[in-house]
Amino acid sequence: MLKNIEPTPETLRDDHIYREWGLSDAEYELIVKKVLGRLPNYTEAGLFSGMWSEHCSYKNSKPVLKKFWTQGDQVVAGPGEGAGIIDIGDGQAVVFKAESHNHPSAIEPYEGAATGVGGIIRDIFSMGAKPIALLDSLRFGELTDEATKYLVSQVVAGIGGYGNCIGIPTIGGDTAFDASYQKNPLVNAMCVGILNQSDIQKGQATGVGNSVIYVGAKTGRDGISGASFASAEFNDAKTAQRSAVQVGDPFMEKLLMDACLEVIHDHRESLVGIQDMGAAGLVSSSAEMASKAGSGLELNLDLVPQRESGMTPFELMLSESQERMLLCVQAGAEKEINAVFEKYGLDAVTIGHVTTGHQYRLWHQGKLVADVPVDALASDAPVYQREQRVPVRLAQQSNVQFSPVVTDVTTTLKQILQQPTVASKRALYRTYDSQVQTNTVVQPGSDAGVVRIRQTDKALAMTTDVNGRYLFLNPRVGGEMAVAEAARNIVASGGVPLGITDCLNFGNPENPEQFYELDESAQGISRACQLFNTPVISGNVSLNNESNGQPIYPTPMIGMVGLIKHQRDITTQDFKQPGDAVYVLCDTYADFNGSELQKMLTGSISGRLFDFDLEAEKRNQDLLLGAIQAGLVASAHDAAEGGLIVAIAESCFGNNLGVSLISDLRAVEFFAETQSRFVVSVPQEKRHAFENQMQSQVTYLGDVTATDRLFVQTADQAFDVPVSVAKQLWEEALPCLLK
Amino acid sequence: MKFAVPVFPGSNCDYDMVNALRDILNVPADLVSAQATNLEGYDAVVLPGGFSYGDYLRSGAIARFSPVMAAVKDFAATGKPVLGICNGFQILTEAGLLPGTLQANRSAQFICQASELIIRNSRTMFTTAYENQTQISLPIAHGEGNYYCDAQTLAELRANHQIVFEYVDNPNGSIANIAGITNRQGNVLGMMPHPERAVETILGSTAGLGIFQSLLSHQREGAHA
Repeated sequence: MLKNIEPTPETLRDDHIYREWGLSDAEYELIVKKVLGRLPNYTEAGLFSGMWSEHCSYKNSKPVLKKFWTQGDQVVAGPGEGAGIIDIGDGQAVVFKAESHNHPSAIEPYEGAATGVGGIIRDIFSMGAKPIALLDSLRFGELTDEATKYLVSQVVAGIGGYGNCIGIPTIGGDTAFDASYQKNPLVNAMCVGILNQSDIQKGQATGVGNSVIYVGAKTGRDGISGASFASAEFNDAKTAQRSAVQVGDPFMEKLLMDACLEVIHDHRESLVGIQDMGAAGLVSSSAEMASKAGSGLELNLDLVPQRESGMTPFELMLSESQERMLLCVQAGAEKEINAVFEKYGLDAVTIGHVTTGHQYRLWHQGKLVADVPVDALASDAPVYQREQRVPVRLAQQSNVQFSPVVTDVTTTLKQILQQPTVASKRALYRTYDSQVQTNTVVQPGSDAGVVRIRQTDKALAMTTDVNGRYLFLNPRVGGEMAVAEAARNIVASGGVPLGITDCLNFGNPENPEQFYELDESAQGISRACQLFNTPVISGNVSLNNESNGQPIYPTPMIGMVGLIKHQRDITTQDFKQPGDAVYVLCDTYADFNGSELQKMLTGSISGRLFDFDLEAEKRNQDLLLGAIQAGLVASAHDAAEGGLIVAIAESCFGNNLGVSLISDLRAVEFFAETQSRFVVSVPQEKRHAFENQMQSQVTYLGDVTATDRLFVQTADQAFDVPVSVAKQLWEEALPCLLK
Repeated sequence: MKFAVPVFPGSNCDYDMVNALRDILNVPADLVSAQATNLEGYDAVVLPGGFSYGDYLRSGAIARFSPVMAAVKDFAATGKPVLGICNGFQILTEAGLLPGTLQANRSAQFICQASELIIRNSRTMFTTAYENQTQISLPIAHGEGNYYCDAQTLAELRANHQIVFEYVDNPNGSIANIAGITNRQGNVLGMMPHPERAVETILGSTAGLGIFQSLLSHQREGAHA
């Protein structure tokens, strides 16, 4: 067998080997001079490279994240722990978080997506919550080349392969396509769980002498330095980095989840803390648990369950093998805890102890292989105030609003329904089990997914949203719009928005123009969150999303959860019955920059983003929610990509109903993407009450019909198409493009 | 009437089934370990859906070696009802309690959707609550639901009225549109659709209730006989 010969500390320094792991020369110097006062050995430098990666330390984004609105009476736990927690009454709470797995998915889409799902699930159950739903926010390049089609099919298969097997319903998400994501797809997975507030867990290792127990899958050489990899810029040469991608085993995770929840519920006196081994694996979980508690820690790496022989301390500590958890357990309770895992056929091994002081010490084959201050790893990473500058494209942006000319609006409608971003995503989401756990009330395809909470009259609505095109034209207002659209989806489903999680997908923070986008959008998000009273309770940052020098659109994915107080308030976007009156809430303007229509007609988006009034948005949402809670609304759907006419068409599709409408707008304005609008249907007998309640913010357009005809007479032209024809085009577009 | 719901490592519809039985049908139901060796005291067994043992090797191929499956075989031999749903159906074919096998869907993709079914035999102990030849809608959610058997077996299934459910719009490529079959004796039913997901209006359908109601009335009639 080949013996691993590690470079000496001197070689590490002289050959700058640490650079390969993403540590800068300045960071290396900091470790030598300030942290250790000596040269780090190979293992120690490796620990720092993982812990000081953007993925673990947020060293580039911390100053931005500080700007987020995180307050609110409903917040039980905000950013900091594995996931945020929000009170939903009756002693219960909802726990949620989203995480990106962009870079792994670009390299190995099935496993990249699958392990993204697996990782976010662990974040939820490590808090003590039972995962009840998954959502996925996906961005891909245009479906014009085989490579992108392969990415889509494999990412979707990976998400389904994991979620279906573990038995958590995938009930929502969003998918969009733009050339900027061609080689850098975005795969953001969100998991939602519920718990009794008395079961809340913390990732902490306290109490000198208490045991650190490793549970779950054995450690292999997969995903080594994954956190550093995910934080690095992407280029073709790095497709050779396949070993940085992890491999998932949802069956193992199901056992691990069930076993951990059993320990949390039935052995709470013995459990001190619990945390998943995610990015930067064993070092991240153990160092964070100790640092948070102000403890020291000592681990014997010979005891770590290993899948391969001859693994080095570096490999053991930085492996991102999946389905592993770290527990801190009261001294003496190890057997009791191990017995639980044994029942599930899982490894559970005491690999170390909490110690006095604040040192983090690793032993391997009798030798002390790392001895560093634990806080230096977990909380003292340098923080960078990055330079920012208004991007040239924004400084030179045209003030003119795109003015589309459409001669045959029905044909244009048919075309827009077939654009992949607008078209039905059923071909994707029908490969996800959306019903397991038998709580799903609203399945994928409506504005938000809805699950009821058993033994209560409540339900939770959840959604993911962001339109990168709007942010590309105006990062701050686009950030506000992302939160607003998420809230619109929650409200249209009958819910009160509670809070958000996010995945901040951006380019290179060292590029001042790209850092400007990050900073601006965070301010937009924060302002909207404050106004909607939806604090940021968790999230993740994914930087350096670019392929061969081209950054992605700034894409801060917003995952929002809302509380539906009474199950009778649950509302879907589908028109319910012929004769119901159709209204549009909020006025429409000729807002076309960044729209689906501009993209379709010109091939790109450009110009100053149209105006957005957050206060008006909030007022409209409050009005609609009030009408829903008063029982006046049969259906509600927010108008998003493709504009009002797409929202009307989609409302027809669910129950195969028609509409006959009249409007004094020009036909082309039915494609405008003015924000804050909803298409609402109302039973005839409730029209009067509805109109009174909506304070003249609504316009009556006409009625739902039993015919197979979508007919809208506008000020100039008429939309006139059989609903069945429109629906077929909308449903078949994506499967056809994916062939 | 008391139900046993065996739980294999990787089962994930076990609680859904027990919740449907207890909360909606108000009948006692126990989760039973895959290590259990006897099913005494139970009147019916339901093998739930999921991914037993990760469905590694082949769906149901490992689960059939669980101790509880020997007990299920003995239980079935007494003529009491055994119902296998989705992964449960796969386990029943692997265990030899039902003929044929379930292959990967024709599309090679997992499919989750409502599926229209025709009741082809409403005289089994599982289906008396339904009218023969009527159509119901039940959810399906599987990657390997493509039923296959050889021509002779198919002829026997037909001759003995063992085909209970047929798809209207065959979603997975099953031979003869088969969605559910019984054994020759009629007391073991395997079906890919999930009746336990269709027992409440709020979840979109109550069409699955008939299966359990049929079993309950079968039990009541048995008690009178």
